[in-house]
Amino acid sequence: MSTLSETIPAPAEPAETVNPVAGIDQTRGDFRYDVAYEFDAGTGLNERTIDYISSVKKEAPWIRDFRHNALKVFNSKPMPVHWATRDLENINFDKIRYYLAQGQKPKRTWEEVPDDIKKTFERLGIPEQERKFLAGVEAQFDSEAAYSNVKEIVAKQGVIFMNSTEALREHPELFRKWFGKVIPTGDNKFSALNSAVFSGGSFIYVPKDVKVAQPLQAYFRINAENFGQFERTLIIADEGAEVTYMEGCTAPKFSTSTLHSAVVELVALKGAKIQYITVQNWANNVFNLVTKRGVAHEEAEIKWIDCNIGSRLTMKYPGVVLKGRKARGEVISIALANDGQHQDTGAKMIHAADETTSNIVAKSISVGQGRSTYRGQVHIPKRLKGCKNNTECDALLINTNSRTDTYPAITVRGDRNYVQHEASVSKVNEEMIFYMQQRGLTEGQAMSLAVNGFINDLARQFPMEYSVELKRLIDLEMEGSVG
Amino acid sequence: MPTLVIKDLHASIGDKPILKGLSLTINSGEVHAIMGPNGTGKSTLAKVVSGHPDYTVTGGEVLLDGKSVLEQEADERARAGLFLAFQYPSEIPGVSIANFLRAAVQARMAEGEEIDATAYYKRLYAKMDMLKIDRKFTSRSVNEGFSGGEKKRCEILQMAMLEPKFALMDETDSGLDIDALRIVAEGVNTLRGPGLGVLMITHYQRLLDYIVPDFVHVMYDGRIVKSGDKSLALELESKGYDWVRKEFAPAAA
Repeated sequence: MSTLSETIPAPAEPAETVNPVAGIDQTRGDFRYDVAYEFDAGTGLNERTIDYISSVKKEAPWIRDFRHNALKVFNSKPMPVHWATRDLENINFDKIRYYLAQGQKPKRTWEEVPDDIKKTFERLGIPEQERKFLAGVEAQFDSEAAYSNVKEIVAKQGVIFMNSTEALREHPELFRKWFGKVIPTGDNKFSALNSAVFSGGSFIYVPKDVKVAQPLQAYFRINAENFGQFERTLIIADEGAEVTYMEGCTAPKFSTSTLHSAVVELVALKGAKIQYITVQNWANNVFNLVTKRGVAHEEAEIKWIDCNIGSRLTMKYPGVVLKGRKARGEVISIALANDGQHQDTGAKMIHAADETTSNIVAKSISVGQGRSTYRGQVHIPKRLKGCKNNTECDALLINTNSRTDTYPAITVRGDRNYVQHEASVSKVNEEMIFYMQQRGLTEGQAMSLAVNGFINDLARQFPMEYSVELKRLIDLEMEGSVG
Repeated sequence: MPTLVIKDLHASIGDKPILKGLSLTINSGEVHAIMGPNGTGKSTLAKVVSGHPDYTVTGGEVLLDGKSVLEQEADERARAGLFLAFQYPSEIPGVSIANFLRAAVQARMAEGEEIDATAYYKRLYAKMDMLKIDRKFTSRSVNEGFSGGEKKRCEILQMAMLEPKFALMDETDSGLDIDALRIVAEGVNTLRGPGLGVLMITHYQRLLDYIVPDFVHVMYDGRIVKSGDKSLALELESKGYDWVRKEFAPAAA
């Protein structure tokens, strides 16, 4: 069994400062426990790694074959350094551990969760938050969920909320019908990697016309060093259904790099609504390379709210395929790149039916040596009519060393569609900081206020708890960036 | 009684000296006006006293209640009671006046102490009523898209809320039409009183028709060259600045 010894000491938090939104504050997440893993696929990636993962999960042959095929695709694809940063070459796939778990079945109550893992999540405030305002929680520790529970009132409506390992066992038909359809294995090198070694992540099915009132939340925790987390999330909202899903994540800060490479697929059937909220606040050694895409059928709506504050390198371009007439897609994105960080983020909107509309609002903040990149892709083919896209990307630079790049690719054919694109770059200049300091704010408070003002119109769209937490995280980042 | 004492102040930007031995004492309750031709260092004086990082103090002292402020950052000086009403106030997009002032008030409280939101808004609305400012004003982003008059009223509102010991008003009349000027002056006159010392920097006499100073100083080439009462301003108005240039031109020139 596990031992309970802490290797990175962190001071105990006083009870009165408990986080309003748990689990996304990296400064609080920078601790770890030594856990003796019962299941360990070892270091490096080959066919045996996949056989090991597949057999401990007791998977059906089709999924084992799916994984093996994905490994071949992964190995055959070059690193995309012809358009992306060369920093990707610093990932050493032979030094990574691909599967670490204490078991494949999550607990339904916190009492049953092993002590050290329970302590981790308690320290991050997850159980408390669950009691307060969540419809269900999935808490993943390295490769597998340690805890998973959905409130009875929600379960009674027929809502399925579990991790992908369980879903493959308990709902194989539903899972197989949608899995890998929105993001095929070969979409990119990292979606292939995820397809080969995926473990954990959420599976959600919301039945026809069911509207889940409270958000469902997943929390992803990396505890082990030299580890890769590859969760796979699949959300299906049946006709007229509505669901909000939130995810948060942290990891201890190791001297070596950590890899997080998820694949998230959303399916919104006719008239359904899915809202997917991410606050990513990984430690500054994490490569965060995530593929996220949804398909919106007729009159359906998919909205991605994506905040990237942490990590060494994030590459993430949430997308919506607007497949049915009058489908709507939206990406609201906030990225903050501090010293040593590169936030390479953006959005994709693929219009595939008439009268579809999409909206992209991306705001990035670059501080010190931090670097932000926006990549957008909007595609409206000639045969369509009545489609609309609005793209707005704004960059804020704090001090002269920071760098920002914008690569919008808008392909609109035909003359029956409407596209609007706006971009701006602004600077927090010395006069503005002096003005605020003259009112009594410290330099850090002044910069923080400027940043919060810059994202204010977006932050207001978040659930209250998240916008409060986002503001607090920005305060911490800005305080820390003042010399 | 609070005092602001400026003693033989020398300051430069880069290698260029701008203030060349300026001395001035302001007691609480007094309104001083500094007048002078353009480029003589009036705005520099306001910035140096309030701690703008572009300027280097090369000599002299600035004492607030007997204590030197020259080692303090701008925000420390502000919290100690110095307020600068800017000639060109910065825009802060996305930050409402209410939130900005709230952050400024919070910054003056002790660590761990939280602002009482209800009391704060009550006080803010009282000040706005006093200055005859529409309440809708506070939800607008600080100075963003403001007219010249709105910017200056926003400065006066901040001054009213932060209750400084000394206010340095840098060319408050610039960019204002006569109606806006009258409104702003009315605001300053409302705040004028035994708890506040004011240093008004202006190029024109017309502001002094509305805010009548107790003392008037003429600044030239980085120093105060002549002081008097409000009649000095009238004398300047009728004679212009040429006589100042002639009489006080640097000897070397």
